[in-house]
Amino acid sequence: MSVLSALLRKELRLELRTFESVPGMVLFSVTIFVVFHFGLDRASVEGDLAAGILVVTLLFAGMLGLNRLYVADEEQGGFDGFLLAPVDRTWLFVAKATALFAYLVALEIVMVPAFAFLLLGPGLGQALPELLVVLALVNGGFAIIAALVGAIAVRTRARDLLGPLIALPLLVPVVIAGAELLQPLLREGGGGGLEAKWLAILGLYDLVFGLLSVAVFDPLLED
Amino acid sequence: MPALPLDEAGKYVAAAYLVFLALLLVYVAIMGVRVARMERDLAELDDLVREQRGTPPAPEQEPERVSS
Amino acid sequence: MYGKGLRGLSVATIITLVGAFALVFFYAPNDRDQGFIQKIFYLHVPMAIVALGGFVAGGLLAIQHLRTRDPKWDLRSYVAIHISIILAVGVLVTGSIWAKGSWGHWWLWDEPTLVSFLIVFLLYATYTPMRFAIEDRERQARYASVFAITAGAFVPLNFAAVRMAEAYTHPRVLSTTGGAMPGDMRLTFMVAIVGMILLFITLYRFELATKHARGRLRSLRRQLTGDDAPVPRRTAAPTI
Repeated sequence: MSVLSALLRKELRLELRTFESVPGMVLFSVTIFVVFHFGLDRASVEGDLAAGILVVTLLFAGMLGLNRLYVADEEQGGFDGFLLAPVDRTWLFVAKATALFAYLVALEIVMVPAFAFLLLGPGLGQALPELLVVLALVNGGFAIIAALVGAIAVRTRARDLLGPLIALPLLVPVVIAGAELLQPLLREGGGGGLEAKWLAILGLYDLVFGLLSVAVFDPLLED
Repeated sequence: MPALPLDEAGKYVAAAYLVFLALLLVYVAIMGVRVARMERDLAELDDLVREQRGTPPAPEQEPERVSS
Repeated sequence: MYGKGLRGLSVATIITLVGAFALVFFYAPNDRDQGFIQKIFYLHVPMAIVALGGFVAGGLLAIQHLRTRDPKWDLRSYVAIHISIILAVGVLVTGSIWAKGSWGHWWLWDEPTLVSFLIVFLLYATYTPMRFAIEDRERQARYASVFAITAGAFVPLNFAAVRMAEAYTHPRVLSTTGGAMPGDMRLTFMVAIVGMILLFITLYRFELATKHARGRLRSLRRQLTGDDAPVPRRTAAPTI
């Protein structure tokens, strides 16, 4: 556990010092909302359209985060330093996934109100607790996949392209479940509770890929 | 949805089965090219060894009779 | 040796597959609702089932590779995935033809098999570029195995998710007689599946045999000429 907290502290401290990920993700997502406004020619959205825009924007911002996640380690020798330490290498995965989860939360603190402000028709008030649950599960899925795929992609050529290309199909079930869950929440009078089947799928996805990634992460760092 | 008349539907069915056939044949063709290249390489190496050992060059061989 | 038994296997494949197609056109009745166009089902669905099995098998073979670090497992995983990708292309094209003939559109978002395959295909389409982008052979094999395991686990999950997404909005459109399959259709379908499985195994062994032979040839060349000249083209395929 102390390994994890040490790694996590390093990640967060680095982010706070360099601001490499979160501000870019925030700016990107707000810009995307503007683009959607013009692209769809809508002043306000609700229901399935709103759910789709929110999830897709989160997804693309997450891809930006994925691309930045391991770059510092790769370019400045962080990997080598870590490999010399006598610790279980899987902790790096947990730390990276947790860090990205934190970045996504920070992103959403700005992004969701911005969405409500710019594009969302109905209010967010009653649906807020359910919204938080859904976003937490979606963030979990994004963070796990990004931490795994980022490690694969960073050591290859064309890493900025390969990372999202591999991650996006893998994340389709998360997008499906996330959009289905958010859809009733973003309607007038939303907040009637969450559909169990989609919660189960999201939860199962996070669990399966969390465990899987922990199992296969080690071979990625052998050199 | 009413079923298409036979001659119309027949074209689609034929197209689908032809796609399958085409994929299979393209695969076989690519494998064929690989085998041809291997044959060339093997002949080269065979000639190389014969050269090194001073044995006479191999005669152009008839294709073997298909054996078990 | 990968080539052993290949002749018997190919003969069995030919007999079963040709037999299946004969059953399709001379034995199985026309579907009540869809008519003749439904015959594509006997091609499209077995290919889909075998391709999915192939992707999962690729993952399992990759697990063996990571456990033993023997490159032969990586080669087997690569070939299984490679053949499954080809079958997946076939699934998408035949599914699209079926959709056009049956509903007038080249693509149906309502058909979970088709949509799942599109996603799975998009994922596995990155497998070869990823391998190609890693120069070191050993690392390439390792990373490919991690990918194959992750993707192999993803395939069933994706299928379930996509199917659930459509289940309440649209009934299966490209299915057969909307319910239980009559006996003669079922027999044809089973034979088609067996034929497709045999085809996969035959192509799998065939490709493994050729790749293995090529690797041996390269080794022979290296021993005889002292170096690996000409320099082989960079390839995404594993070599032994």
